[in-house]
Amino acid sequence: MKRNPIVREIGDFMLPAILMFALYVQFHGDYSPGGGFQAGVIFAAGIIVYSLIHGLERTQRILPPAAVRAGASIGLLVYAGVGFACLFLGGRFLDYNALLPHPEGPNNPHGQELGIFLVELGVGITVAAVMITIFYAFAGRRDDP
Amino acid sequence: MIVENLFNYWIVIVLMMTGFYTVVSRGNLIKKIVGLNIFQTSVFVLFISMGKIIGGTAPILVQGDTHGDVVYSNPLPSVLILTAIVVGVATTALGLALVVRIRELYGSVEEEEIHGMDEEEAL
Amino acid sequence: MAATAIAVVRLRGLLAVIMLSGIYSLISAALLTTLDAVDVAMTEAAVGAGITTVLLLGTLTLTGADEARPSRPHRRLLPLAVVMVTGAFLVYGTLDMPDFGAADAPIHRHVAPRYIHETATEVGVPNIVTAVLAGYRGYDTMGETTVVFTAALGVLLLLGVERPRRRRKRGDEGKDS
Repeated sequence: MKRNPIVREIGDFMLPAILMFALYVQFHGDYSPGGGFQAGVIFAAGIIVYSLIHGLERTQRILPPAAVRAGASIGLLVYAGVGFACLFLGGRFLDYNALLPHPEGPNNPHGQELGIFLVELGVGITVAAVMITIFYAFAGRRDDP
Repeated sequence: MIVENLFNYWIVIVLMMTGFYTVVSRGNLIKKIVGLNIFQTSVFVLFISMGKIIGGTAPILVQGDTHGDVVYSNPLPSVLILTAIVVGVATTALGLALVVRIRELYGSVEEEEIHGMDEEEAL
Repeated sequence: MAATAIAVVRLRGLLAVIMLSGIYSLISAALLTTLDAVDVAMTEAAVGAGITTVLLLGTLTLTGADEARPSRPHRRLLPLAVVMVTGAFLVYGTLDMPDFGAADAPIHRHVAPRYIHETATEVGVPNIVTAVLAGYRGYDTMGETTVVFTAALGVLLLLGVERPRRRRKRGDEGKDS
């Protein structure tokens, strides 16, 4: 694929747009369709496009498989960590109302927004890391006779 | 039992059954997994079509909707199906990993040939 | 969509089958958009036409076969009968369902109005689906993220981390112990 100039040029051109779109979808999940899963999958798709054009070796130099595997665990730990932080700050598990100082009344929309932001971030990191790991596992396998 | 009101569901059921047929009747393992994916996607469409309200809009709150006039389609099926899609891709990935290993072990991805090899070994 | 699905059943060339399944996912994503489920449509398009197609193509590269001719043609009748019976039962089940798109169906009466009305004051996030997914039902989403993580674990256990032996002369990058 590296020798095909059209594919390479278009791929190099599209890749920043794809990754930026993934970040956009992640952080605008509150106001438009989107959220963690979509962003993670789109990010992984961008990395897969890069890997198809420039080869698996180069992609694995940029995103080493061990780091990607660690990323999958980190995302899940962020999610559970937010839940435990709510617990330690006085609320129930995953009760985002406790994350920020309370205004009057039982609801705390700012705390909820912060909680949802962090949780979606964790989900996005995990989903992207998982998709890239699965792709590495499939692509790294060579035909045994 | 008016046909045009239920027609949507019936079409989706036809799609589901096509996927189901692919899983059951074809022997090639990769084709079975593709059929499973078609089945899953049709189930998602069926579920979501149950949540649609004619004249409603997507379940994102519209700015300036103070009196509660805007009719939203049901958000709950969307939530459930989002989880289901991700679980579906997890299943597909694991299934395909198994197919790769089966190919390496048996040399074929046709169900009948694999059964034949197992029976030969058992003799 | 029905044409795509039937073509998937009939074709024997697996590359074409995989491409058609990607097209099927994309068309279903468009259908989901018209059904007002925009989050689901985005996810289905990304996952179905993106990740699943890539994984299927990767598997095809590693196994590399087209579907074999069926050895016993009369084997098709029993699956067809099973499928017809199941379809008939499902259609019978839909006869009890409310009309498509009716606003007073029972599914819209219980929990959904509460989520729609209370999201603005309780959560403050306009996207109701995200508010329900990460806020009201955040516990389930944590479980689902664990499922995704488990899928990665499973694939790693099955397909392994290290390269096969003949790659060793290139150095140890990619081998993990």
